[in-house]
Amino acid sequence: MVERDSKLKVTLPSDREIAMTRYFEAPRELVFEAWTKPEHVRNWWGPRNTTKVVFEAEVRPGGAWRYVILSGEGVEVPFRGVYQEVTPPELLVYTEIYDVAPFNAGDPAVNTATFTEEAGRTLVSVTTVYPTQEVRDFVLTTGMESGAAESYDRLEDLLIELSKRKR
Amino acid sequence: MTPDRLSNTFAALADPTRRAILARLALGQASVTELAAPFQMTMPAVSKHLKVLERAGLIARGREAQWRPRRLDGEPLRDVAEWIEQYRSFWDESFDRLDEYLQEMKKEKEDGRKR
Repeated sequence: MVERDSKLKVTLPSDREIAMTRYFEAPRELVFEAWTKPEHVRNWWGPRNTTKVVFEAEVRPGGAWRYVILSGEGVEVPFRGVYQEVTPPELLVYTEIYDVAPFNAGDPAVNTATFTEEAGRTLVSVTTVYPTQEVRDFVLTTGMESGAAESYDRLEDLLIELSKRKR
Repeated sequence: MTPDRLSNTFAALADPTRRAILARLALGQASVTELAAPFQMTMPAVSKHLKVLERAGLIARGREAQWRPRRLDGEPLRDVAEWIEQYRSFWDESFDRLDEYLQEMKKEKEDGRKR
């Protein structure tokens, strides 16, 4: 059996970026469809304990998107942006703004999502470039619950070394 | 950890020389001269990097009066990893759901073809 390797990897390629990669067990046409059509996005976007409120997207260059969820604590979490490049089923470039003051006052982040098919499964890679390091670092503080510390590619070896020394 | 301290840590980690110094210290404590050896850099330049790392709490000084070895302090690194993990968990859960949903979509398409 093929190793599923379905784990999400998060890295920080530069001061202003966050990059994520993950494999999905589906052809990329399907992944692209699930990623772009609001009636599909509403079925997976956001953690499990959230309520869907708004899912709208006009997937063409210049088209706007808006996703709003309610967190488990009942807090509204609104995101919106504009598509810049749309090349089905391989590439999407779109802006993203966390639509809450003061974060919606500045420049938006820019996401580049690529979909690469490898032997029937799809590697999705999303790189987000934030307007400043401060915004990027703020984004890293959002997120719902913490788990075991794992990934920071430049420091991974260092952490392994450290944990060895602690033992 | 406060966001300010986190930004300090991120800023300290942003420089490749400082990451190389940390990587060296992960192998064990070292004197300033030893740390400076691999770099084409003046001692004051190296000391400046060490000060940034010290301020971020990433390294500490040993007590030995003569050579005051620097050693790594792993706590801020673990904090950084933890904050990234928080971001990861949002997407990890979304992507697990996407994977499950894709299997449903696949099945629906197959069923549609059979009909």
